[in-house]
Amino acid sequence: MTDVRIAGVGLTKFGSHPERTGRDLFAEAALAAREDAGVSRDDYEEIFYGNFMGELAEKQGHQGPVMAEAAGLDCPATRYEQACASAGVAFRQAVATIRSGAADVVLAGGMERMNNLGTAEVTQSLAIAADELFEVRAGVTFPGAYALMARAYFDAFGGDSEDLAHIAVKNHANAMQNDYAQFHREITVEDALESPVVADPLTLYDACPITDGASAVVLVSDDYAERHGLDAPVSVTGSGQGGDKAALQDRPHLARTPAATKAADSAYADAGIGPDDVDVAEVHDCFTIAEVLALESLGLYDHGEGVGAAARGETTRDGDLPVNLSGGLKAKGHPVGATGTAQIVEMTKLLRGDHGNSDAVPDARVGVTHNAGGTVASAVVHVLEVDR
Amino acid sequence: MTETGYDEWLAAIADGEGYYLACPDGHGSLPPRRSCPHCGAAELTAEPLPETGEILTFTEVHVPAPNFADEAPYVTAIASFGPVKLTGVVRDLPADEVDLGTTVSVGVGENATTDEQLLVFRPASE
Ligand SMILES: [Zn+2]
Repeated sequence: MTDVRIAGVGLTKFGSHPERTGRDLFAEAALAAREDAGVSRDDYEEIFYGNFMGELAEKQGHQGPVMAEAAGLDCPATRYEQACASAGVAFRQAVATIRSGAADVVLAGGMERMNNLGTAEVTQSLAIAADELFEVRAGVTFPGAYALMARAYFDAFGGDSEDLAHIAVKNHANAMQNDYAQFHREITVEDALESPVVADPLTLYDACPITDGASAVVLVSDDYAERHGLDAPVSVTGSGQGGDKAALQDRPHLARTPAATKAADSAYADAGIGPDDVDVAEVHDCFTIAEVLALESLGLYDHGEGVGAAARGETTRDGDLPVNLSGGLKAKGHPVGATGTAQIVEMTKLLRGDHGNSDAVPDARVGVTHNAGGTVASAVVHVLEVDR
Repeated sequence: MTETGYDEWLAAIADGEGYYLACPDGHGSLPPRRSCPHCGAAELTAEPLPETGEILTFTEVHVPAPNFADEAPYVTAIASFGPVKLTGVVRDLPADEVDLGTTVSVGVGENATTDEQLLVFRPASE
């Protein structure tokens, strides 16, 4: 099996850019990744592109060819839709394609335009990731679904809103060093606890913002990187995906996300590592409680132990296992269909040393990314390792 | 919009004749289904829903989607009814009296925003 290397990465600045078209956002990220990679245009063989709500936000279906043009490339392009895990599954297919020997150079990425819709429309659009018949019609919003999980978690394992507030504080602090992040504003536990209730027990500061942005990654085979003398020190050594019932009501436990456990177990086995080998993690904290569920599903914490990790200082910048040094979805922002590959971009830079927070993990060798769709009915986990 | 299978199920609940689908291994699921989502068995039979359920988790939603604009704030809950769990809006009970373990009955109400039928939980009469 061919090893996969990350030759280049690119991001737009995340934030509110309601006037920018999706194709312009993706062009910026793709061109940045291509420049970072330094690979000949003619060598790109395929594009794997993630997008969630393009039909709703821009009335644009069939986005693959539109985004190939935007990226300045002449090769087949396919869109992947898996809610908030859209770019994660796109990246996973890109990895599989190179491993199979079917291609030596591909581009994976994602884009979401959201702020051109109002808050109400965005809320409605995000809700389509839930089960339409059995959840949306019963008033389940995206924050509402995670609120149902948060209350179930507190009941099953303990923890409280103050524990969750520490996660928001941590991720806002991490984003201060990330030029691409949506927020550059430190917050306090009190700010978080006093912010307006969105769906109790979750408040505004438990939730990620509404974000426009794009991300892109150039993947190459080990062989190609060697032949062309590319500087590509980060490899993708593990990939895994898991699935679960779409609706929360059809799952045995409301405060666990076994799809992510399946994805992590596969990715770890693929990479030949275990959770103890992980030095740094980027996880899908669309809500603060989601970071907790992620840490526990990844095997980095036992069930019930993840909720206090930030408050205990274990997952902060100076902790033993820094989590979401990018700022996470919470403070970096969450352009839904771009998030999966944005996590890969952040992790690549953290490991190769050119991230604003790389100095927090100077010896890190193994990084893990965790990208989730809906209430983790879909999960994608990747293991990245850097040559040291 | 007509949703064959689901509409009949909601109508049965409104008539007090709610049911779920059971497979030979006792897994519960809700229509429309052609096989058990838990084990794949194709033989599904309709079984009566228990009269009451117990709230497992809930949230009071303050920021609604447009389809619930006129309802907010409202409480959505997941409640267990024997082998199945249902998701519905809690009615006839103040939000601060909703709790984990609250016993509820299931029925059908109207969404004040869309006039659509929706699943509602009400406090079970003693
Ligand atoms: Zn079954």
